Amino acid sequence: MDFGFSQEQEMLRATARKFLENECPSSYVRDRMIEPAGTTDEFWAKLAEQGWLGLIYPEEYGGSGLGFVDLTVLMEEMGRVVMPGPFLSTVLLGGLAIFEAGSTEQKKEWLPKVAAGEARVALAWTEPNARWDAGGVTAAAKPADAGFVLSGTKLFVLDAHLADVLVVVARTTEGKQPEQGVSLFLVPKGAAGLEVKLLPTMDQTRKLCEVALHDVRVPSSALLGPKDGGWPPLGRVIERATVALCAEMCGGAQKVLDMTVEYAKIRIAFGKPIGAYQGVKHKAADMLVDVENAKSLTYYAAWAVDENGPEAALATSMAKAYASDAYRKVAAAGIQLHGGIGFTWEHDLHLYFKRAKSSELTFGDATHHRERVAQLINL
Amino acid sequence: MDFSLTPEQEAFQTHVRAWLKANMPPEWTERLVASSDIPRPEAYDVLRRWQRQLYEAGFIGLTWPKEYGGRSLTFMEEMILHEEMALAKAPPILNVLGVGMAGPTIVAYGSEAQKKRYLARILSCEEIWCQGYSEPNAGSDLAALQTRAVKDGEHFVVNGQKVWTSLAHVADWMMLLARTDPAAPRHKGITYFLLDMHSPGVTVKPLRQITGDPEFNEVFFDNVRLHESQVLGGVNNGWQVGLTTLMYERLALGFGLQVRLRIALDGLIEMARRMEKHGRVTTKDPLMRQKIAQLWIDTECLKLTGARAITRLLRGEIPGPEASTGKMGWVDTHQRLQEIAMEIQGPYAQLPRGSDWAVEGGLWQYSFLRSRANSIEGGTTEVQKNIIGERILGLPKG
Repeated sequence: MDFGFSQEQEMLRATARKFLENECPSSYVRDRMIEPAGTTDEFWAKLAEQGWLGLIYPEEYGGSGLGFVDLTVLMEEMGRVVMPGPFLSTVLLGGLAIFEAGSTEQKKEWLPKVAAGEARVALAWTEPNARWDAGGVTAAAKPADAGFVLSGTKLFVLDAHLADVLVVVARTTEGKQPEQGVSLFLVPKGAAGLEVKLLPTMDQTRKLCEVALHDVRVPSSALLGPKDGGWPPLGRVIERATVALCAEMCGGAQKVLDMTVEYAKIRIAFGKPIGAYQGVKHKAADMLVDVENAKSLTYYAAWAVDENGPEAALATSMAKAYASDAYRKVAAAGIQLHGGIGFTWEHDLHLYFKRAKSSELTFGDATHHRERVAQLINL
Repeated sequence: MDFSLTPEQEAFQTHVRAWLKANMPPEWTERLVASSDIPRPEAYDVLRRWQRQLYEAGFIGLTWPKEYGGRSLTFMEEMILHEEMALAKAPPILNVLGVGMAGPTIVAYGSEAQKKRYLARILSCEEIWCQGYSEPNAGSDLAALQTRAVKDGEHFVVNGQKVWTSLAHVADWMMLLARTDPAAPRHKGITYFLLDMHSPGVTVKPLRQITGDPEFNEVFFDNVRLHESQVLGGVNNGWQVGLTTLMYERLALGFGLQVRLRIALDGLIEMARRMEKHGRVTTKDPLMRQKIAQLWIDTECLKLTGARAITRLLRGEIPGPEASTGKMGWVDTHQRLQEIAMEIQGPYAQLPRGSDWAVEGGLWQYSFLRSRANSIEGGTTEVQKNIIGERILGLPKG
């Protein structure tokens, strides 16, 4: 057993931290907040140059063939700077769906482009019913001519407005188990009847869309993976994206702790640095416990999904349940300990607080994942 | 990062598992389910035999040097052993302070003669140890201790009092911290002694606790003489030596505590499956499912955070922030677990041992009450938070 990062992984961390501190300062984040794009072509091209857009894809598809533990290192660093842009949506949702479900041709067509920063992919999965399980998929895909007609509404879709192609989750067969009868389709940008609307969001660094499918016609070659068999690969994608999100949350929470501790050392009140008061010190200690525990569970989940073993599902839900609560609490404590300044638009803390909330609510909150833990331990 | 075991470690795991299956005292399984930290007084005799049996099988002191009765193995084997004991719901050991604290400190600071004299007897439970740190006015503020040891030829003469001393009423030896230089600054004039509890002048008075049991004690020293060869790690160097002990307490002992927690949690889930709430099985109640799932997550988390610290040790690095969070995390989880065990029982939670209606013989009532000590003993939660704030986060002292 070895529960730590390798030297290569520590080097990746150092490189990523330096790169992101230079390229993604809060001025960059704030500019992206008010623009729909969420990223710039220059920044995206640099991510591709670093090899990060294809980090987890095999070399034959233009990637570096690294694992989720490596990705964890990277995501933590991205979380530290609240990196905006379609990384999660393109690399871990859309791209990974193509990797998990696609044919060799589909993978060869799309993944090298994703890795090179030439194509962005989104996953149109969730719907207005706001469910994270297979039962939530009600968008219909009906056979027609030599293909399918897709109809329905997708909501909370990450970065759909930026995507060159959407992976649409739709129901091809009704009845029996909800996990059966779900299929995945590739729908290119600009397809007739596809309407994408950007939603105003509280966390402006995370762009969400409404995707309306008005009888969108796709050929049978648009089918990604087997007809009616889309849920198992999609489940793997969601599991992996959830672990990646947890790592991002750990990085953000750690950064909030770091900022708060620095502030508590220099901010004087009643003649002493506020960090000397137990009321402040104890809260900071609680923050550290939350951050360290979230990391332990997240690192373990990253290892488990890399191993593809039976413990991956439980490990992922434990991590998401814990990290969801931890990041929210840490971000709130960060604002509290900063006092008035922490509540201003000018200070960066609100970026973290809002990201903590959007991350908590993405892929199921702590309550959702605790229930999943309960099921997985046969409670 | 790799959680898989080497073939040698797998062989060790198989060996431990098979041994436990063949040797577990079955009549005790049931009764110890709810006992998640310090052994209950009524179990002492059985636990003494149990530890002896474990020692003879080579399962105590795995990381201690071979020449003193250990196995010279790593924390990895220790982890495997603990995990298997949790899965088997094995009883705890009795000489928990000897194995967890006194022994490692003697390994680190002892003379050859001291190592030979004490270590194997600690492992075999031939001699039980207690910890003479806390005093009436020096608990978490340990450096305030007042017990004096005055040099008299080749001896020291000890006068003073200790309190909250677990196991003192059955202990043969004490890790004693006493002040040898009252003129020196608080931390400088303290010496670490190995004290024979059977010496003339030592009086042990059991303290009846919130549980009704006398598990803690007051210990009085009235001109107790001990030879200078009983000094561990040098005169006036006791603060340093004592801190080493505390570090071991938090790491090694903490690991054992996680095991007891897992055993208690399994017991809690079994009880929840048997008990009903609002006319249905407790585990089907959505709120109880949430609470139990969170306990599960927190228990696993303690194991994993501990494993991160142990990885650092195995790599020859100094444990990082993750190592300091274990005690607090354990306390919080264990106290919450005991509260939830009461909640599961509903009005039955009021009935302790002695009532025919008591759930599981009233075991949980004892451990529920006992758990209140967790956030006080071994450094209060408040002191732990100060330590994390100051030593780990670098915040200024108050």
